[in-house]
Amino acid sequence: MKMEIIMAGFGGQGIMLMGEILAHSAMLEGREVSWIPSYGPEMRGGTANCMVVISDKRIPSPIISSPDVLVAMNKPSMEKFTPMVKSGGIVILNTALIDERPARDDIKVIEVDATGIADELGNMRVANMVALGVLIGETGIVKPETVIKSIDYFLPAHRKNMMEINEKALKRGIAEVQK
Amino acid sequence: MEKVLMKGNEALAEAAIRAGCKCFFGYPITPQSELPAYLAREMPKRGGVFLQAESEVAAINMVYGAAGAGVRVMTSSSSPGISLKQEGISYLCGAELPCVIVNIMRGGPGLGDIQPAQSDYFQATRGGGHGDYRTIVLAPSSVQELVDLVYDAFDLADMYRNPVLILGDGILGQMMEPVVFKERPARQLPPKDWATTGKMGRQKTNVINSLYLDPIKLEEHNLKLFKKYQEIEAKEARYEILNGDDAEYFVVAYGICARIAHAAVEMAREDGIKVGLIRPITLWPYPKKAFEEVLPKAKAFLTVELSLGQMVEDVKLSVEGRAPVYFYGRTGGMVPTAEEIFEEIKKMRGLS
Repeated sequence: MKMEIIMAGFGGQGIMLMGEILAHSAMLEGREVSWIPSYGPEMRGGTANCMVVISDKRIPSPIISSPDVLVAMNKPSMEKFTPMVKSGGIVILNTALIDERPARDDIKVIEVDATGIADELGNMRVANMVALGVLIGETGIVKPETVIKSIDYFLPAHRKNMMEINEKALKRGIAEVQK
Repeated sequence: MEKVLMKGNEALAEAAIRAGCKCFFGYPITPQSELPAYLAREMPKRGGVFLQAESEVAAINMVYGAAGAGVRVMTSSSSPGISLKQEGISYLCGAELPCVIVNIMRGGPGLGDIQPAQSDYFQATRGGGHGDYRTIVLAPSSVQELVDLVYDAFDLADMYRNPVLILGDGILGQMMEPVVFKERPARQLPPKDWATTGKMGRQKTNVINSLYLDPIKLEEHNLKLFKKYQEIEAKEARYEILNGDDAEYFVVAYGICARIAHAAVEMAREDGIKVGLIRPITLWPYPKKAFEEVLPKAKAFLTVELSLGQMVEDVKLSVEGRAPVYFYGRTGGMVPTAEEIFEEIKKMRGLS
């Protein structure tokens, strides 16, 4: 088993953290993992992406050239990374910020209004957890309860009040693909 | 033992504290700034000193001072900052002071960019500053290896009274992987009876110095250093060979490039090409033995680097004309894909 995932969006959408939480939970489940951020001269509102590799074996390259899964949280990310996705791969689109659809018929496109759902839950910033929920609901790569442990690990002590809404967002994401 | 998910830069910093590093002097630069940031937070809590100097030049001279006083000391920077430290590194080598210097390489020359590169290989392995000297150069290729080599770096520095360079790159510094901080038995190291710690009843006056105005004395000093370098070359070269058992072709790569090359080697294997990977772990001393090990059966070598060809010279010096040596590199912060390297492996097979 090996899965290569690219997550991308605007700086400030919690792209890096979404990747870290996924990598961390896969590690807790005993897998080999790697996580690489883009680290250009970027800032809030600029583009950000990270690459996560999860495997049962030693990971040769942490750098991904054709991902199994793309999570695109905004339009520039969809345009940039969709051509790289493996044939038969999965693209998760945040429809709130993407008004077009990829022109490929050899991939599975999952549309989810991550930002809208997060807003409905009371905080737009948990859109990343909605998208992560979709990813794990669709692929089964890690268990939801492990992801919840990882969210708790990354939330600093003074932000533990955010635990509940993050958990809700994750579960809503899972429900989106399992309904 | 507990696994934690950590960035290369932060794991390196944590490993330094655990290896007994008591002082850190540095100046921030991307892509290594998480390292001093971590130490700025942790060092004061854990009995160490963190000091952000006014410049790289100041920082390396503070390293000289602390090393002279016999404490474990480290500095870190990225390519342009390491160039600034070269004068100090030459002095440290001349005065035989143990210390650890981290270079998380980025694209050059000049200010270049902040993306990963391996274009400081010549500078790291050929001395870098003025004079007849060598620094031990370690090249980790995973976050776990970064941690393990930090402990080794401090031990090697103390064993040989010599600066040790850890040569990483932007990806290695920025990436996260699981790491375990293993407890390690303390090595038997020579006492630092040369350190300038105050005489306290001792008869001899210790002096830390790299100035020998009498050329006879300076030649003697250089020959003494040279003998030490020969001993390091004989004892400390390290490498890893992957997929080597039945291999007829070899890719040679270090650091993050070795990880990508490993993926390319696996692709080529699926295609039926008998190819292996030589991964130098020490860049100086260069692991020539790895080549002796595979040369009877090796038909050709392909060196892959994030530069336009620097380590390839050491590969040629090791192969000594006994097989063709090819090269592929990307530079300026660009990183080759595994597919690109796979294409080069196919070319190598066609050419030889």
